[in-house]
Amino acid sequence: MDKIKNFSLRNFFTSDALRKLMSFAALIMIFIVFSIASENFFKFSNIIGILLATAVNGILALGVTFVIITGGIDLSVGTMMTFSAVMTAVFITNWGLSIPVGILGGLLAGSFAGFVNGLMVSKMKIPPFIATLGMLYATKGLSLIISGVAPIYFNDTPAFRQIATGSIVGQIIPGFDIPNAVMILLFMAVIAHILLTKTLFGRYTFAIGSNEEAARLSGVNVAAWKTAVYAVCGLFSGMAGVIIAARLNSAQPALGAGYELDAIAAVVIGGTSLSGGEGSILGTVIGAFVISVLTNGLRIMSVPQEWQMVVTGAIVILAVFADVMRRQRN
Amino acid sequence: MSDALVRMEGIVKVFPGVRALNYCQFELKAGEVHALVGENGAGKSTLMKCLAGIYHPNEGRMFLHGEEVTIPNPRAAQDLGISIIHQELNLMPHLTVAQNIFIGRERADKTRIFLDEKWAENETRRLLKLLHLNIDPRTRAENLTVAKQQMVEITKAISFNSDVLIMDEPTASLTETEIEDLFVIIRKLRDEGVGIIYISHRLEELKKISDRITVMRDGNYIDTLPTATTDIGTIINLMVGRTIYQDSPHVPENDDQPVVLEVKNLNRGKEIIDVNFHLKRGEILGFAGLMGAGRTEVARAIFGAESVDSGEIYIHGERVTINHPKDAVKHGIGYLSEDRKRYGVVLGMDVENNTVMACFTNFLQKLGFVDDNATRRAALEYVDKLDIRTPSIAQKVKFLSGGNQQKVVVGKWLTADSEIMIFDEPTRGIDVGAKSEIYNLLNELAEQGKSIIMISSELPEILRMSHRIVVMCEGRITGELTAEEADQVKIMTYATMRNNHRKELVDANAAAALQT
Repeated sequence: MDKIKNFSLRNFFTSDALRKLMSFAALIMIFIVFSIASENFFKFSNIIGILLATAVNGILALGVTFVIITGGIDLSVGTMMTFSAVMTAVFITNWGLSIPVGILGGLLAGSFAGFVNGLMVSKMKIPPFIATLGMLYATKGLSLIISGVAPIYFNDTPAFRQIATGSIVGQIIPGFDIPNAVMILLFMAVIAHILLTKTLFGRYTFAIGSNEEAARLSGVNVAAWKTAVYAVCGLFSGMAGVIIAARLNSAQPALGAGYELDAIAAVVIGGTSLSGGEGSILGTVIGAFVISVLTNGLRIMSVPQEWQMVVTGAIVILAVFADVMRRQRN
Repeated sequence: MSDALVRMEGIVKVFPGVRALNYCQFELKAGEVHALVGENGAGKSTLMKCLAGIYHPNEGRMFLHGEEVTIPNPRAAQDLGISIIHQELNLMPHLTVAQNIFIGRERADKTRIFLDEKWAENETRRLLKLLHLNIDPRTRAENLTVAKQQMVEITKAISFNSDVLIMDEPTASLTETEIEDLFVIIRKLRDEGVGIIYISHRLEELKKISDRITVMRDGNYIDTLPTATTDIGTIINLMVGRTIYQDSPHVPENDDQPVVLEVKNLNRGKEIIDVNFHLKRGEILGFAGLMGAGRTEVARAIFGAESVDSGEIYIHGERVTINHPKDAVKHGIGYLSEDRKRYGVVLGMDVENNTVMACFTNFLQKLGFVDDNATRRAALEYVDKLDIRTPSIAQKVKFLSGGNQQKVVVGKWLTADSEIMIFDEPTRGIDVGAKSEIYNLLNELAEQGKSIIMISSELPEILRMSHRIVVMCEGRITGELTAEEADQVKIMTYATMRNNHRKELVDANAAAALQT
C-alpha cells in the first residue's frame, strides 16, 4: 500500500522502475521482431530451447550481480563453473559417491574458489580484476589437471542428467515440459532477489558498493562481507557447473572461458552499474534473456555466428549508453 | 579531574614523514560544547580520529569516565558511546535515510532472516521528529540537499545515544538558518548531558555555541580557554602563533589601465541572462552574490567549460571564440575552481606535474618526450615564488594543506602564462592564517599586472579585496559598485534583487541587511 501512496510521475521517470521497464520492453520488442521475421521462432520447442540456453548464463550472471554491486568484478565465474562441473564428475563417476553428495561437493568447490577470490580482494587488497583473472587461469588449469584433460561422463548415473533436462513441471502438467534447469534458474533468481533486497547480506552488498569507507566507518566488517559476496558468486558458479554437466551428461574441462563475459554482459544490460551501489536481480534475469533471445533469433534467421557476436556487442554498448543518457538527464 | 567525560593525555601520532600529533592533551566534560580550533593541518581532525578509533595513536592514554580505554576501531568507539560526524559526508548515496542511519545495526524481523525495514523507518522517523527535521526516511540519500544529508549524519550520531559527539566542521556547507537549527539541536543535546566536541574554522560561530575552546597548532596542544572570557583576536593569535592583519584593504589605483577582457550580452537559458562586464589590467573584480546567482556559471562559460546560447567575448579588444577550456588557456585565461579537489588539482599527482599540467605542450622536446628538467625548474620556481610549503616538488598534492593546494593551482596558471585569472571562492575551506596569504598573493598578482575575477560569497572578503564589485542575482548582473561606494548593505540589496518582484524586495532586503 505504501508503495502506491508514494507513487508520483516524477519519481517514476527518474526511478529504477523505468529503467527496468525499458529493458523489459526491449526484450519484448526483440521477441516480437523475431516472431515476425521467422515463423520458427515463436514455437514452444524453440522457447524451451531459449529458456534452457539461458539457464547456465543466467545463474552465472546472478552471482556476478552481487559482486558488481559491491563495485567489484569476477572474471573467473566461467572457469569456476567448469571446475565445479569437473569436481562433481570426479565425486560421482570416479569416486562413486551418491548424486546429492557429489552435487554438494561441486557446489562447495565453486564456493571455495569464490571464497579465495574474496580473500584476495578483501584481505590481500588485490584489485578484483586481477585477483579473479588469476582465479580464471588457476581454475582452468586445475579443471584440466584433475580431469586428465578428458571429459568425464556420467554414464553410470543416468539420473544425473535429469537435473537439467528432465521436467518435474512436465510430470505435473503433461505437455508443459519446462526443463528443470529453467526451474532452477527461476528458483535461484528468487533466492538471489530475496537475498539482495531483504537481508543483511544484500544491504551490505549495496552499502559497500555505494560508499565502502562510510560502511567501514559505520562498523560494517567490510572485509568479511566482501569475502562472503565473492563466495556466494562462487556458489552460483558451482550451481551453473552442476547444470551444465547435467545438460552435457559430462564434465567438459576445456569449456568455460568466455562464459564470464556473457554473464557480465547480462548484468550490464540489466542496468547494474559497474561503479557499484546499484543493480537488481530482475534486471540481470532480463539481461540474460536478452542475450539468449538474440542469439537464438539470429541463428534461426541464419545470421552467421560472427555477426551474432557483433550484434550482442552493439546491444551491450547501447544498453549502457541509454543508461548514461538517463543519468545525465537527472 | 573525575568529572571529565573524556581525557586524552600525551597523544602522539606519526604518519610517514609527518608528526601529526605531538604529545597532545584534551579534556571534555559532560554537558559542555568544547570547541577545537587550529589552522588546517594543526591536527584537530587527527586527534579526533584517534578518539573515534579510526587512527591508533603511537603513544598516549585515553580515559572515558575516568577509566582508561583503548579504541581499536570505529565500532568500538560507537560501543563506548563516542560518535563522530566527519568533515566529508559519509553517507551511502544509494541507500535510504533509514538504511544509512541504521547501517551496521540492522535488526531482523521475526523470521530472523529478513531485515526489519519497518522498525528502522519508524525509529528514524522518531529521531527525525526529535530534531524537528522534515525528511522522509525512505528517501535515497543522494536525493537530499547537502544540508539535509548533514542533518541525517547528525541524526545518525544521535541514534547511538552517545555521550560524546564529535562534529568536524558541521556548518561548512550550511546556510544561516540551517546553522541556527543545528545550534538548537546542539544546545538541546548539551542540556541532556552530552559532551560535544566542535571543530570549526568559523570563530564567530564558536563564540555563540561553545563553552570552552582548545587551540592546537602544528600538531601541538596550545591552550584551553573558557569561551566567555576570551576574545576572537586572542584565539587567532594562539592559532597562528603570530599576529595577522584582519582587515586592511589594499586597493591601488588602476583607472587608466587598459581593458583586458570584455564580455557582452552573455546568455544561457535561465542561468546567465544578458551579462555584460569588463575587466581592466591589474584589477581585482569581485563577483558577489548569493549561492546559485550564476557567478560560477558565468566564469565557466568564459572559460569554455560550458556552452552559451549567445554572447561575445573580447580580449584586448579583439573578438575571440572560446568553445573549450583549451581555447581559454590559449587566450591566457585561467580558472581556479571552487572545488579544488575535484577540478583544480590532481590529488594523486605530485606538485611538479600539477604545476605544468595546463601547459604540458610547452615542455615537450622532440619526439614528444617531456622535458623533465624544464618541468622541475618551473615547479621549483613557483614553489619558491608562491612560498608553497611542501617537503619537495615530488610530494603528492593530497598531502598538502588547503592553502598550499590553492597555491599550487595558482602556480599552474602562472606557468601557463595566464593574464586573466578567475578565482572561484579562493579561500573556501582555508584557515585564517592561510587566507591572508592568499589575499597577499592576489594583491601581488594584480600589482604584477594580472587581471583577476574573484567570485566570493564572503562579503568581508569581497569588500577587502575588490577594486570593483559586480553583483549577480538569478543569472543577471544587478549592480556594479566601486570599492569606495561598496558596503555590505548595498551588496546584499543587489544580491537579492530578484527580477520578478524587484521593487518590493529592494526595500525589504535593505532593511533586513541593515539589521544583520
